[in-house]
Amino acid sequence: MATFWLLVRAGFRRHSTYRLALLAGMTTNSVFGLIRASIVLAAVASAGSAIGGYDAPTAVAFVWWGQALLGTVNLWGFQEVGQRVRTGDIAIDFLRPLDPQFAYLAADLGRAGINLIARGAPALLVGALLFDMAWPPGAMGWVAGMVSVALAVVVAFAGSFVVNLLAFWLVEVRGIRLLYMIFGGLLCGLYVPVPWFPDWLRTIAQWSPFPSMLQNPIDILAGRVTGAQVLPTIASQVFWAVALVALGQVVMRAGRRRLEVQGG
Amino acid sequence: MAEPTTVRGPVRRPEASTLAERLRPYRVLLASRARAQMQYRTSFVTDVLGTLGAGLAEFAEVWVIFHNVDVLGGLDFTAALLVFALSNLAFALADMVVGHLDQLPTYIRAGQVDAFYVRPLPLLAQLVTSDLSLRRVGRMSVAVVALVVALTTASIAWSWATVALLVLTVVSGTAIFSALFTAAGGLQFFLVDGSEFTNAFTYGGSYAAQQSQQVFPNLLRIFWMFVVPTAFVAYVPAVAILDLPGDPLVPTWLAWCTPLAAAFAWALAALCWRVGTRHYEGAGG
Repeated sequence: MATFWLLVRAGFRRHSTYRLALLAGMTTNSVFGLIRASIVLAAVASAGSAIGGYDAPTAVAFVWWGQALLGTVNLWGFQEVGQRVRTGDIAIDFLRPLDPQFAYLAADLGRAGINLIARGAPALLVGALLFDMAWPPGAMGWVAGMVSVALAVVVAFAGSFVVNLLAFWLVEVRGIRLLYMIFGGLLCGLYVPVPWFPDWLRTIAQWSPFPSMLQNPIDILAGRVTGAQVLPTIASQVFWAVALVALGQVVMRAGRRRLEVQGG
Repeated sequence: MAEPTTVRGPVRRPEASTLAERLRPYRVLLASRARAQMQYRTSFVTDVLGTLGAGLAEFAEVWVIFHNVDVLGGLDFTAALLVFALSNLAFALADMVVGHLDQLPTYIRAGQVDAFYVRPLPLLAQLVTSDLSLRRVGRMSVAVVALVVALTTASIAWSWATVALLVLTVVSGTAIFSALFTAAGGLQFFLVDGSEFTNAFTYGGSYAAQQSQQVFPNLLRIFWMFVVPTAFVAYVPAVAILDLPGDPLVPTWLAWCTPLAAAFAWALAALCWRVGTRHYEGAGG
């Protein structure tokens, strides 16, 4: 566990080095937040008072939490592990006295932490200053929200890790990554809230891990999901976190047996 | 690689160098880039499908919103589709031609810009011809289909002026987005690590261009019209083409000013590029 925290801190520090990049990310997130908030407000106004349980302040909160969590949760995934498989560097990861999935997860949690503090929180502040925003009801809502964010980071990491590991069989996983990004981006509820989807698309989304990466924490933090509803929201995230981490382990072991690194 | 050079006269006088000859290196370069992408067929098809999927996902966003409302920012679904199509077509075209200026921070950091400087062609021209992202045809095809559907289902009083306005819009819109990419490129010489700053007005501008400008608060509307003029890419001409009433900020004649907006964007881009390249001092070594 001590190693885990050390790696989390290392990930945090590694990504805090690029301060200008964090500021740049926050600026872009804020501009997109302004545009998105304008759109959802116009939509809610056009529909009357609310769409799919979102009134104006909840819809605004949906947008700005989405922008704030965009850098925190690794929605678009990463390519590092896939590239290491491709170059054979992954063999070095296997030599270390640590499970590679565990080590990469720790580093990603550190990355998420610095992004939440330095990139997400300021973007959220911009949103809160410019718009009338809904907040979680009470301290329990905040705690549940933060637990949900942490789970979202784990689910997004574990999903992308599996995609990266497919490089053991496919060598070039760019096509799969593209598919994952496109479906993930749509189904996680970044562009429009999942409850706004037509029934068939909402069913697809709900059976996929993607809402666990963004929609679920946003629902809690925007105060749309409260009280007893919080529990099933977090439970589905726990399910996907466990399922995808386990899948990652299975795929990693199968890939390890297949791995053949040439040269020495 | 290139076809063998044919020298017609024994001695070629300098004034005989026509425009076609001066453009020849670029033609050869672009042709080789295009051929190179076709070499790895599966990879190319994957990339095309990728941009196609990205285009469809953007369309899905518009579609899902209109699944819940009938009118958004004064536009019905057909009108919104026209705005979406015009802006996406212009953006995909600009992205194909100059979108890879996005790679500039990588070149700067790796010191590869210096290598461009020793070659006998202008830096910007070399960077632009360093790639021709044919994979963008995927996204472009989504825009074209949306455009055809929007133009055939909307009630439009067709005239030569409408056709001329459409062509003018696509050309000027592409010019506006190209200018934004170039301006972003110029600023990269200052930003390097903060390269994502410029995404706010390149990709952010493209996102804003897809919307009915009436959804924005006034300050933001003025910004997208007169500072980063992406309102002219799609919304302003679409309102004129569909002859929609009721937007005091957008009189119909304004649609014919899209080339002026493009000229303004390019003036800004030229300034950014000039200041940026003047600021650049080389990677050393």
